[in-house]
Amino acid sequence: MTIRDIVEKLDLKVYSGEKGLDKIVETAYCSDLLSDVMGNGDENQLWITLQTHKNAMAVAALKDMSGILLVNNHQPNADTLEASNDEDLPVLGSDKPAFELCGLIYQLMQKS
Amino acid sequence: METLKLKYSLKDGDFSNAGNASSNIKKNLKMLGINAAVIKKMVVSIYEAEVNMIAHANGGVIEVFIDEEKIKAILADVGPGIPDIDQAMKKGYTTASEEVRQMGFGAGMGLPNIKKNSDDLKIESVVGEGTTLTITSYYKS
Ligand SMILES: Nc1ncnc2c1ncn2[C@@H]1O[C@H](COP(=O)(O)OP(=O)(O)OP(=O)(O)O)[C@@H](O)[C@H]1O
Ligand SMILES: [Mg+2]
Repeated sequence: MTIRDIVEKLDLKVYSGEKGLDKIVETAYCSDLLSDVMGNGDENQLWITLQTHKNAMAVAALKDMSGILLVNNHQPNADTLEASNDEDLPVLGSDKPAFELCGLIYQLMQKS
Repeated sequence: METLKLKYSLKDGDFSNAGNASSNIKKNLKMLGINAAVIKKMVVSIYEAEVNMIAHANGGVIEVFIDEEKIKAILADVGPGIPDIDQAMKKGYTTASEEVRQMGFGAGMGLPNIKKNSDDLKIESVVGEGTTLTITSYYKS
């Protein structure tokens, strides 16, 4: 599955990093603690979080994650968008809360 | 291979640039063709130590030495020091400010992450003087 597949199926907003939409997503990780993601996140994951600042991008890029999905209509900061475009690492968004997004993405992955 | 040396200076509280040094180190390690799994672990360690220098100390200096068998990162700050290193190493222990926690730091997982992802971790700290972390990862045995 790619980021693009998830965007289309769940009707997500794409804020930035469009060039990375064909990145592979093997699984997802949901957390708002950066060190938790540094320790337990992995490459080819979609990171589901409410962290909108540039440090989230730094973590996602260092871990070779596929993209960031912002929950609950949280809006990315301007410097987050800039870093996302530089890294081709998409920042997505939805007005749904984390629990619902995790459930929906889990279902999608079970089917694929 | 000669020893390659990389050096970076970090400013106190400069969260917007946190991770820049780690990212540059990662690029350099990749260019040297070092094993991807080794790079992955080293990047976690250096990032956590980099953020700690920005969040808890007053910035500092990162030096990385790469030779044919190991990567050694020395992260030195002139911050407040760590009074009880055993306590600081415990998962969940943090003195992070409310402001820093709001950003998603302060889980008290940084030092445990470094321990887990390095072959050797040495912490030297003097209260009122500063802290130096030496992180080593061997990529050839
Ligand atoms: N360079 C340092 N100078 C002074 N104190 C430090 C330094 N590094 C760590 N500490 C102390 O050790 C504690 C634990 O550090 P650790 O990295 O494990 O967690 P944290 O930084 O508080 O949270 P997290 O890393 O999960 O965001 C810190 O809260 C701080 O009190
Ligand atoms: Mg830390």
